[in-house]
Amino acid sequence: MNFFREITQKSWLPTDGPGDEIRDHGAFALPQATVGLRVFLVVATVLFLLFVVAYSGRMAFPDWRAMPEPWLLWPNTLALILGSVALHGASLSARRGRMDELRTRLWAAAALSMAFLVGQVLVWQELFALGYFAAANPANAFFYLLTAIHGLHLLGGLGVLAWTVTRIYGGVEADQFKQSVNLCAVYWHFLLVVWLVMFGLLSFT
Amino acid sequence: MADIVPTAAEDIPSAEVAEVDLYHAKSWWTKYVFSQDAKVIAVQYSCTAIAIGLVALVLSWLMRLQLGFPESFSFIDASDYYQFITMHGMIMVIYLLTALFLGGFGNYLIPLMVGARDMVFPYVNMLSFWVYLLAVVVLVASFFVPGGPTGAGWTLYPPQAILSGTPGSEYGIILMLVSLALFIIGFTMGGLNYVVTVLQARTRGMTLMRMPLTVWGIFVATILALLAFPALFVGAVMMLFDRILGSSFFMPAIVVMGEQLSYGGGSPILFQHLFWFFGHPEVYIVALPAFGIVSDLLSVHARRHIFGYRMMVWAIVIIGALSFVVWAHHMYVSGMNPWFGFFFATTTLIIAVPTALKVYNWTLTLWRANIQLTLPMLFALAFIVTFVNGGITGLFLGNVVVDVPLSDTMFVVAHFHMVMGVAPLLVIFGAIYHWYPLMTGRMLDEKLGKFHFWVTFIGTYIIFLPLHYLGILGVPRRYFEMGDTSFIPDSAQDLNAFVTVAALIVGFAQLVFLYNLFRSLRHGKISERNPWKAASLEWQTAAYPPGHGNFGEHLPVVYRWAYDYGVPGAPDDFIPQNVPNNAVAESHAEAPSAADDAEAPRT
Repeated sequence: MNFFREITQKSWLPTDGPGDEIRDHGAFALPQATVGLRVFLVVATVLFLLFVVAYSGRMAFPDWRAMPEPWLLWPNTLALILGSVALHGASLSARRGRMDELRTRLWAAAALSMAFLVGQVLVWQELFALGYFAAANPANAFFYLLTAIHGLHLLGGLGVLAWTVTRIYGGVEADQFKQSVNLCAVYWHFLLVVWLVMFGLLSFT
Repeated sequence: MADIVPTAAEDIPSAEVAEVDLYHAKSWWTKYVFSQDAKVIAVQYSCTAIAIGLVALVLSWLMRLQLGFPESFSFIDASDYYQFITMHGMIMVIYLLTALFLGGFGNYLIPLMVGARDMVFPYVNMLSFWVYLLAVVVLVASFFVPGGPTGAGWTLYPPQAILSGTPGSEYGIILMLVSLALFIIGFTMGGLNYVVTVLQARTRGMTLMRMPLTVWGIFVATILALLAFPALFVGAVMMLFDRILGSSFFMPAIVVMGEQLSYGGGSPILFQHLFWFFGHPEVYIVALPAFGIVSDLLSVHARRHIFGYRMMVWAIVIIGALSFVVWAHHMYVSGMNPWFGFFFATTTLIIAVPTALKVYNWTLTLWRANIQLTLPMLFALAFIVTFVNGGITGLFLGNVVVDVPLSDTMFVVAHFHMVMGVAPLLVIFGAIYHWYPLMTGRMLDEKLGKFHFWVTFIGTYIIFLPLHYLGILGVPRRYFEMGDTSFIPDSAQDLNAFVTVAALIVGFAQLVFLYNLFRSLRHGKISERNPWKAASLEWQTAAYPPGHGNFGEHLPVVYRWAYDYGVPGAPDDFIPQNVPNNAVAESHAEAPSAADDAEAPRT
């Protein structure tokens, strides 16, 4: 689709046929679910960007005291990276039709993601034990807020992943779940990038 | 949007929702309650929005009673009054206008107007409504908790929103913020559907520039909402943290009754930025669908093509983009750097250019047109006048030097009620009179409709013109009562009493409208097919009113824009979008049957 050509179309002029030679049905030559996910990722990006803007705005005030960085965040990050890699692998397996490999990789991805979430809760507990409550300092509050929002997004992703897994075990055609696995992988990569940005932000400020 | 050129024909997705994906109800419950049909969801959205809107209407009566006749009503105290204004504002802006335009009209009209069988993600669409309903239930619940709903004003500015002196600071504010977060989650689900349906599920021949302006308005408004609502979400969640966990995102150091609170160091201005980064686009989230719908109403009922269609589309897109760089004109009195004020005043005035262009085009559409003074046309005309009036006071307020003295006065109340309260509501009324026959197969009663129109239209001016004057006198908004304020003459009180009487009468007219809606369901005149002789696709369905799947066995193919009205030689003076040129040439008398022939096999 040539977007500029499309929005400058003189639609009041009559055409002989349907006159849609300048477009090929959808605006994008992509499946609807892919377009839907991309639109959602734009919305989620705006959400996280606004959190970052609020973070940097609040950081400038003199009462900001940076938090210590629990070592557990590193293994957690590793788990999320491996989860993302596993889902990417699952997506490749689905495309090649290797079902056993696909199942293994999906379970691995789910387990690693859950390990990440459990790890994050452990980090919270550790910080609570050390007395870093949300009320004590805005840096603490932002840490809990950002990790919670990110975790909830991952939890939502796990819900969709669970639905995909049940469909695969339910014997749905390969064509149908291939796309689901692929979209899960894209979403996981997105959440990984968000986490890396936030991890950097939380660690270095 | 990127240029993506498909490499091979088989990569091109189907133009329609594939049959396997089209949801079919299996029981009464899944057909009417947990339905995935966009038309049913639209009705659910609309009924919920109108029901909660009625609550806001009653709240406005209570406010007006207090303002018109202070010290007369023992059951209204200052706290109640603040709760009334807060809930009235929030409900009207978000839970009524946004939900009705996007969830109601968006769901009903987008698939029908672009020639799709349904929204692209019907299940998510259904969830969207139920999450919205949950948001409304949480909101209503705040009326019943100890302390009542929040009375922080619809802008919910911290620090006062969560301090103990503000009504509803115990539970009301928590429920309000949770409800907003739920609304945004629900809306995002719906919004994904509206955007992807417009982008990907248009039928053959329905190029972007052949879409009716209604779809353009709703489409761009949805994009605005998807990008703007996250700011409100961030603000709401952070304020929840401040309220529940005692963090200090927005809370500065505060001493209450001689006691130092544990808050400190936070920035209330940060919340204002987040709120208005959402809040100003929100004005256009409401206005753009109204612009789109009114364009279609004018064109159909004036039997003339819309003037400057391309410019109308571009103006919608440009207004949408500009709406993200004007937000701080709501914050001129927050102590901002004067250069910021200069910047935002400039962008605010620039946004008037595409907006004025739209008004000129509406007027030129009417020029020498065959104007039918039907109810939708009356409401559309009333919209133009009201929108221009409200818009012009917006130009006043957009200038810092004029805004500073008028800030927080009744002038502001009058301005935004005209431009984003009454004006979009007039379009909603016009749209309901226009599409009610499509939805129900019956016409609304014309006499009751005329009564509703004239009382609402004239009443609006009787209510809001005096408020401008009161504002210039210096009467502040959000005051429970004025007492003996030396600079305000006693006559101002007489004017307030007059406005209250008018508001009650206009309120009564809305009840007549609701009566008309319900009565006409059973007793309305049976509508003929396409009673307004409209060219857009929603009126060209196989069944009338449209059934499940919207169109018959085949999706329509589109050959022209939606504005071929007053075409010389065409039967009924218009040509539906799905009639090819050769069919027009062959038969002047058989356009309806030609529409059936024009349908092409499913791809």
